[in-house]
Amino acid sequence: MGDTISFPHLDYAALWPMLILFGAACVGVLVEAFVPKAWRNTVQLVLSLLAMGAALVMVIKRAAAGVTAANAHTASDAISIDKAGLFLQGALLVLGIVSLLLIGERTLETGGPFVAQAAITVGSEADRRQAARESGATEVYPLALFALAGMLLFVTANDLLVMFVALEVFSLPLYLLCALARRKRLLSQEAAVKYFLLGAFASAFFLFGVAMVYGFANAVDFNSIHANISTSDKPFALLLIGLAMLAIGLLFKVAAVPFHVWTPDVYQGAPTPVTAFMAACTKAAAFGGLARVLYVGFDRSNWNFTPVLGVIAVLTMLVGAVLAVTQTDLKRLLAYSSVANAGYLLVGVLGGGAAGLSSMLFYLVAYGFAIIAAFALLTLVRDADGEATHLSRWAGLGRRSPFFASVFTFLLLAFAGLPLTSGFTAKFAVFGAAIGGGQTWLVLFGVLSSIILAFPYLRVIVMMWLSEPGDTTPSVSIPGALTSAALMVGVLVTLLLGVAPSSLLDLANNAASFVR
Amino acid sequence: MSLSAYVPIVGLFALAGAFGLFSVAAAPFIGPRRFNKAKLDAYECGIEPTPQPVGGGRFPVKFYLTAMLFIVFDIEIIFLYPWAVSFNMLGVFGFVEMLLFIGTVFVAYAYVWRRGGLDWD
Repeated sequence: MGDTISFPHLDYAALWPMLILFGAACVGVLVEAFVPKAWRNTVQLVLSLLAMGAALVMVIKRAAAGVTAANAHTASDAISIDKAGLFLQGALLVLGIVSLLLIGERTLETGGPFVAQAAITVGSEADRRQAARESGATEVYPLALFALAGMLLFVTANDLLVMFVALEVFSLPLYLLCALARRKRLLSQEAAVKYFLLGAFASAFFLFGVAMVYGFANAVDFNSIHANISTSDKPFALLLIGLAMLAIGLLFKVAAVPFHVWTPDVYQGAPTPVTAFMAACTKAAAFGGLARVLYVGFDRSNWNFTPVLGVIAVLTMLVGAVLAVTQTDLKRLLAYSSVANAGYLLVGVLGGGAAGLSSMLFYLVAYGFAIIAAFALLTLVRDADGEATHLSRWAGLGRRSPFFASVFTFLLLAFAGLPLTSGFTAKFAVFGAAIGGGQTWLVLFGVLSSIILAFPYLRVIVMMWLSEPGDTTPSVSIPGALTSAALMVGVLVTLLLGVAPSSLLDLANNAASFVR
Repeated sequence: MSLSAYVPIVGLFALAGAFGLFSVAAAPFIGPRRFNKAKLDAYECGIEPTPQPVGGGRFPVKFYLTAMLFIVFDIEIIFLYPWAVSFNMLGVFGFVEMLLFIGTVFVAYAYVWRRGGLDWD
């Protein structure tokens, strides 16, 4: 046994965003413990927004200072805050702030979208009382902060074990957040249990994959894995099994077919602000991690995983689009649309090279803003039982409140990929990258899937505008300041990225490199 | 690193498997066959099962809370022990890290305490 242990060098300037978020989350737990109930929501909201803002400033400062191959790695190369990682961190923080505005909304219904005490038996007298007037759990803020901090770590992890820890750090708070809906609590709890069990299963696959890869490379960091793939003459069996299992764990998180079955149930059951957070941020984090594993660890120079992932991308696009057609609930429809969008993102990733990476980064930001705005609108259409998400209820909404119906129409057209919306530029970018990378067959399926997916969107638009409003048509609530802000940001960015995408495209192009 | 370090473990697994197989296979030949009521019951260790609780056998959720608290402190000890053993080698950095770790556990503890997690009724 030696006398000293050498410690990793920590580059605090690079780690600040994560440290701020983790620290603020711990402070948030203390706020839960010591601040009087009446003040908690305000204090937590301000604290979370300040923390995310400060973390964003730190990310921008570091990006301005310049990232080079020399200063990207820290903590014994376990964390790599390179350009792509920094872009993803910034994107996650911006999307996180916007979805936090939705989480903080308290004016749409008494007490906000979250249940006060999730442990109270559904349907009991106490439950009816708390549903009517108790203010919702404010633990959601520290949970969201923990989740976001985990995501920031996940997209910069340069080592499979750190990646696994980050995966758990951002997954566990999400499981809890899913269970906290004020209305339709059984659905919400079912969603949380399903997400937890399937997520734990996927994590186990990931961990087993790590063990297999270790068996091949004798290391878990991406540099050594890559070096071993290039030089080793060992049989690839362990590596292939390992990569397949890693891919299962990651593809579960991005909701790719056939690992997508949790998506509609969880998206439907989770409180809508949490669904928005998951659809925007979890997707960005999971794709960031997937891209790093594929681009840095398992580079394509020596062997090729494209056909396998290509088949998954095609399945994801087609199954997501076809099943979206049959949905009768708007949240489930958006869930299947998110599955299909995971397919388009995979097409971009498989395009390979800097073009593929930059198209993926651009798509993640564009899609994130649009989906947050769409879910923000969903929280507004309500009746006495909370949100009215059944498709039939939206019939005639265009006559009743033309403004919000127009905004939703615009967002649906963006999802369908019409020009002048971010959906068009984003799809153009990923398909362009795939053609550039010689994956034209993927693009053919992508276009086919886009055409199928346009049908459910157009059906919603037709229902909203061409039906007469009936007695059951819900009213559209006037959004509070927070939801208005989130909605406005989402819609404006969707429009802006459709009309003038060049600045973000430049940013993504600049950021499209990992440091090995 | 070679895999030869794992040979004893493989040997142990083989031995354990062989023992199990041998016991099961040998029992019908050399064991006595005397049956009574207790022998035909489902095997349960511990005391006699009490009558089933009403409502499908649910436990109060407070047991779960206690178990969770136990696990939190259990894990803390598991980390503290090796840290204490190699305290000399870890120095100031290790000391600060451990303080931070204990700090996070105490944050959770303060939350549980203030929100009534320690009250049984």
